[in-house]
Amino acid sequence: MSDRFAVAAALDGAGWHPAAWRAASARPGELFSARYWTDLVELAERAGLDFVTIEDALTVQSAAGRGIDDRVDQVRGRLDALQIAARVAPLTTRLGLVPATVVTHTEPFHTASLVSTLDHLSAGRGGWLPRISLDESEAGHVNIRAVPASTEEAWAEAGDAVEVVRRLCDSWEDDAIIRDVVTGRFVDRDRLHYVDFDGPFFSVKGPSIVPRPPQGQPVVAALAGDDASLAFAAASCDVVFVTPHDVDDAAARVAAVRRAEQAVHRSGAPLVVVADVVVFLGSGAVATKAHLDELDGAEPRSDAAVFTGPAGELADLVEAWRQRGVQGVRLRPGVVTDDLAAVATDLLPELRRRGVIGEPGSGLLRQRLGLARPANRYARARQ
Amino acid sequence: MTKQVVLAVHFPGVNNTTVWSRPDSGSQMAFSSFAHMARKAEEGMFDFFFLAEGLRLREHRGRIHDLDVVGRPDSFMVLTALAAVTDRIGLAGTLNSTFREPYEVARQLATLDHLSGGRAAWNVVTSCDAFTGANFRRGGYLDYALRYDRAREMLETARLLWDSWAAGDPLADKESGRFVGRGDAGAFTRHGELVDIAGRFNVPRCPQGHPVIIQAGDSDPGRELAAATADVIFSQHSTYDAGRTFYADVKGRLARYARAPESLKILPASTVVVADSDDEAREMAREIRRRQVSPPTAINFLEQVWNRDLSAYDPDGPLPDIDPDVETSALAQGRATRFDDRLGVAKRWRGIAEAKKLSIRELVIEVTARGGFVGTPQHVAAEIDRHVQDDACDGFIFIPHLTPHGLDDFVDRVVPLLQERGVLRRRYRHETLRANLGLPDPVLPDAWLH
Repeated sequence: MSDRFAVAAALDGAGWHPAAWRAASARPGELFSARYWTDLVELAERAGLDFVTIEDALTVQSAAGRGIDDRVDQVRGRLDALQIAARVAPLTTRLGLVPATVVTHTEPFHTASLVSTLDHLSAGRGGWLPRISLDESEAGHVNIRAVPASTEEAWAEAGDAVEVVRRLCDSWEDDAIIRDVVTGRFVDRDRLHYVDFDGPFFSVKGPSIVPRPPQGQPVVAALAGDDASLAFAAASCDVVFVTPHDVDDAAARVAAVRRAEQAVHRSGAPLVVVADVVVFLGSGAVATKAHLDELDGAEPRSDAAVFTGPAGELADLVEAWRQRGVQGVRLRPGVVTDDLAAVATDLLPELRRRGVIGEPGSGLLRQRLGLARPANRYARARQ
Repeated sequence: MTKQVVLAVHFPGVNNTTVWSRPDSGSQMAFSSFAHMARKAEEGMFDFFFLAEGLRLREHRGRIHDLDVVGRPDSFMVLTALAAVTDRIGLAGTLNSTFREPYEVARQLATLDHLSGGRAAWNVVTSCDAFTGANFRRGGYLDYALRYDRAREMLETARLLWDSWAAGDPLADKESGRFVGRGDAGAFTRHGELVDIAGRFNVPRCPQGHPVIIQAGDSDPGRELAAATADVIFSQHSTYDAGRTFYADVKGRLARYARAPESLKILPASTVVVADSDDEAREMAREIRRRQVSPPTAINFLEQVWNRDLSAYDPDGPLPDIDPDVETSALAQGRATRFDDRLGVAKRWRGIAEAKKLSIRELVIEVTARGGFVGTPQHVAAEIDRHVQDDACDGFIFIPHLTPHGLDDFVDRVVPLLQERGVLRRRYRHETLRANLGLPDPVLPDAWLH
């Protein structure tokens, strides 16, 4: 197992607390501006984070997390996450960019073009977070398909979408562009390949419009908890986010991931297991969170553990998780304008001092995560 | 009053207009190529930078066409990234409305408009071929006769979604605790023949209200749709006489929709070659044409008309004496240009070749010529101005033949002359593309007027 340890941040609007937009530091009027996202991402890069994820959905947010409501006191609306990543790509050089995208209601061919292009724009720092949707309101926005019959069906379709994206990435061999002036040929078409995917949900001919991305295949990550999502992650992803409730649960979650890998007969490198935690950092964090809870009317529910306290104690928790086989953390800032800054100024220097992480890396996102550049399946087949 | 010239640049694409065989031809994929041309156009006070889109690699005789540039990035991702390295130039791209959902199209446009501070434009295109459909869930589902209905419904729905948030939302008022003014922000309903969706759009009203709409349809219903709905027409009528006829026809349709003539800009595609003397420019243009039509490309063009394998023919020899194959389906797929009357085209081409004593390659160079402006900077600036002032067009979409430096000469040598003539701005007057083009603001829906 690699001794690398990844630190990431999950970006979502003003932060993961529903009332985060009302915190003193928040910039709620700028959530739809380039300046806001540029500031956050540049902060994350300067701090030395390995990557950021950017949430997305094809509907407005709701307090219940599904369906729609008519509340006016929470953030509603979001920009397309892939485009946010594209907008910040030219302004960064080291940070991995991993936007979410809803695969249930998107054409896999478009997803492949978008994700491959992000990897080109960022010189190999692109990834993506396939999301499923069983939300009636989301399905009502698009004419592509009805709501999946079950979670299992939705994850199975997501698995097909990832397979198509990976095949399309491979549909161009790395050296397909030859620019051979003598024969007048721009590409060697023997190094371009039809993917001929034919599954129960869709079929895709190929090849891709976009030449093979710098990473070969951009990094695929997913949040997984139940059996269906774990099976999807084990079969289709490079990175998995898990949500341990405490130190002992971390070991159990890692074990569940490894069991899922065995169950699907995963070949190749094992999943990089990254633990999620919502964080409110600093000496005033308890009071801040209590205030936001009061503003929102209740303590928000969270699938991930919620940490409130000084950065040193969070570093203790991270170290304890690491000892139980977790290979990284994804921090979900409670109030992004407070807590991402605290991650940068307090947590990362502390983790560096303890030797949990090294100096900020660079290069391909895959390299930073200890993942090899995948061989091209079609190139091997041709030889 | 003197008309101002509207200028746009089309990044070199994947047909043989683009010359890739020269040593100074750069990458069609590197972001630095896009950034260079967009910045150069911005330096030249261009209105917008344009990117086309592809959804399937072109084929010829059942194999991937390999003689032109192949492969490109997703246009809206590149345009969004370009917003980071430019300030004022408009960012325009094609999105096919056949293989996309209105919700995602409206969202991509609105996102680009927010992230660029009001510089987004959409070239609305519909396609109906099963060839492209093979890459998508629904396949080639759209009936050819319905293509303008699809475009119209997509556009109407996109505008419905762009209008679905009140102009003042989000309030984002920490004090009162109201993030949005209305609990149903983004609510919309559309029950159309081809688009039937309802729910909540998730992007607030964008800086331009509505991104700028571009269309390229040339048939009668295409022109009518543009007159009813477009802000810009990407026209193929670049010559003076054809331009004036087209201009009068389309602008004449606007009154029917209570639109002013200035509210629709007509921009033909064109090319420019400048040099110190007219003779030198003509020689450069000839050299470019020979690069664009390489010997294999000449045979390839002929095969598109003859619909036969002509690989045994000498590109520098005479045209084939056998006739085109009109029985089997077309060899070439995924191209914008199609040859329907093969026998007629072949007869015409033979006539030209005999009269002018042209080889296959020389003939293809001759018959695929697109005109364009060739000459000294003074000549080119005067010609552009004349076309615009005489209502042959409102400006041009220039297609350079070289990546990434193909626009440099024009900006360095012709733009200053247009500025001296008083027909091109010396600095951008406005922040949004819509305002710089002098287009009217979209009308706010009644619901948002207080």
